[in-house]
Amino acid sequence: MRRFTPLRPDPRALLARANPVAKLLAAAILMGVLFVAPGSITPAVILVAILAGVPLTGLRVATLLLRIWPLLVAAFTVGVLNVLLAPAGPGGPDFEAGIALGLRLLAIALSGVLALASTDPTDLADSLQQQARLSPRLAMGVLAAIRMLPILAAEWQLLGMARRARGVDAGSSPLLAARLAFGKLLALLVGAVRRATRLALAMDARGFGGTSGRTIARPQRIRLADWGLVLIAVAIGAAAFGIGSALRV
Amino acid sequence: MLLGASGSGKSTLLFGLAGLLEGGVSEGELRIDGLEPRAARDRTGIVFQDPESSLVMARAGDEVAFGLENRSVPAADIWPRVDEALEMVGFPYGRDRPTDALSGGEQQRLALAAALALRPGLLLLDEPTANLDPVGARLVRDAVGRLVAGGDLTMLLVEHRVAESVDLVDRVVVLEAGGGVIADGPPAEVFAARGDELAAAGIWVPDHPLPIPPRRPPLERAEVLTANQVGYRFPGEGSLAVGPIDVAVRSGEAFAIIGPNGSGKTTLALLLGGLLRPTTGGVTGPDGEPIWRLPAAQLARTIGSVFQDPEHQFLMGSVRNELTLTPLQKRSSTVDALRRAMELMERLHLSLLAEANPFTLSGGEKRRLSVATALIGQPSVLILDEPTFGQDRRTAVELLDLLASQRDEGSAVCFVTHDLPFATALADRTLELAR
Repeated sequence: MRRFTPLRPDPRALLARANPVAKLLAAAILMGVLFVAPGSITPAVILVAILAGVPLTGLRVATLLLRIWPLLVAAFTVGVLNVLLAPAGPGGPDFEAGIALGLRLLAIALSGVLALASTDPTDLADSLQQQARLSPRLAMGVLAAIRMLPILAAEWQLLGMARRARGVDAGSSPLLAARLAFGKLLALLVGAVRRATRLALAMDARGFGGTSGRTIARPQRIRLADWGLVLIAVAIGAAAFGIGSALRV
Repeated sequence: MLLGASGSGKSTLLFGLAGLLEGGVSEGELRIDGLEPRAARDRTGIVFQDPESSLVMARAGDEVAFGLENRSVPAADIWPRVDEALEMVGFPYGRDRPTDALSGGEQQRLALAAALALRPGLLLLDEPTANLDPVGARLVRDAVGRLVAGGDLTMLLVEHRVAESVDLVDRVVVLEAGGGVIADGPPAEVFAARGDELAAAGIWVPDHPLPIPPRRPPLERAEVLTANQVGYRFPGEGSLAVGPIDVAVRSGEAFAIIGPNGSGKTTLALLLGGLLRPTTGGVTGPDGEPIWRLPAAQLARTIGSVFQDPEHQFLMGSVRNELTLTPLQKRSSTVDALRRAMELMERLHLSLLAEANPFTLSGGEKRRLSVATALIGQPSVLILDEPTFGQDRRTAVELLDLLASQRDEGSAVCFVTHDLPFATALADRTLELAR
């Protein structure tokens, strides 16, 4: 349940203070490089750079690990499976492809997770409106969705208990379990839609989506340091790509 | 104050005045300062019943600022007006307070501040204290009272619990279910002339306490649920949300669990109902077995749990099918199951609704059906979470009679409630939890 509540990073940390859109941009640059670069060296270099950046996010490593371990396990499993099932190449089995895939997945996931986890959801919504020129409706939608996740997680648990109270459980049958989960999902969706409708009404009542433009109570700016962050991401990407290409030949 | 039985359209009228009704067919006209409600939206502010689904932002100050941003208030004016509005409702924290860390009463005062920051001439309140515990409700009423005493604000209040709020208003209007106005005048006059009639129609009228059902001499009592040092900690939390405590629930007694929001009443009810695995200690049933380990079907025959929101427990497409579900699982014959379902529907006045979809029922009907779904397995223990929550007086009286007869027939009736008059009328014993 707590997996879905936003983490609260130390607000003094360098990356926690950075502009959210700049952070997303930096993460996107790294992801772009990770998608196109061949081999395992480039993702390895980027991964090292990302790990070196973790202390700058102001997140506590233990808390972070507690949240993202399923991601780590998934990336690791994919990597190991691909190593084990590696096709035999001309000079023995090709282990590198599997290692590369695992590292790449891990780096992509981590860059996204760190950019989002070190960002306050409200700052993100503000910055999306002000710097990324996203419509208020979309940006507030993002914020509302982030706030809804922990509520829905609690609701899911409640629905399960309510079914047990009615004398309904799956026992050991996977088929029944699937049917039960489907019913719960439906109930969850109905509840979410209803909740969203009430929220939309409440926003409407306070003039949201009116004809006159909105003013901004919390100005977000892109500072020099934010451009610096984007440049550093470009530099890391380029360096990793360069090292990767150099070592391949 | 706007009063009326369930279905008389109080909330609809309020939403209409707030300019929030869309679609549908309307007759006649609504005017605010001579304007269509939609055009007069910047003159009205509304506070809804459920603060959790009406708060938009993650921090208290931002919540109040949200409306000001939407109305294009210049940036330099926003924060002074936020502070002013928070001050007016006596909000005890700073602007940075996370909204999800607030109690219901605090959230509702924040919602009030958010409406007030827009400086409305007409303040519309849709059962603002219905979801709150008595302490939170009083804080909200006090805040409203101070605002109204200021004198330059018109307030329209829809409220079920009339007695507590009647001092806030100068005038009471009673709506009739089919349309029209039954009574209109100063509260004292209206209640003196129409009190009995209004109470019979389901309205909570001052000086009309719940009738206390007669208590038949208690039978011999056996312990049916025994909680031994039971406690629960939410995953990732540092301390127990409830317990460790010892509780025994006995057959033939009604047992009330009371206490402020956040004291763990609902969690305790779930533990006693065998729905949550205890972190410490355990709860054993009539045969001495740990109840959270029982298979669901067996659990439903031992303990009937009724959730605060009836909808969480509805699984089927019709009232009749909801009621044949549990007994059918018991492998009793279809005929038997149907007969028992019929009996219960008769007893809870649901017979005419046998084919209706549970989600389309009224609030009172949903509550009665959720109690029926718990009773159909003929459990020896009944556990209810806030059974009178959001219910009109008529449903509360029906529940009172039903639960009292269950108690007198030898069931254990255990209920969590904020409703002290209800607890007093029913309970033999009360457990008060502290935060």
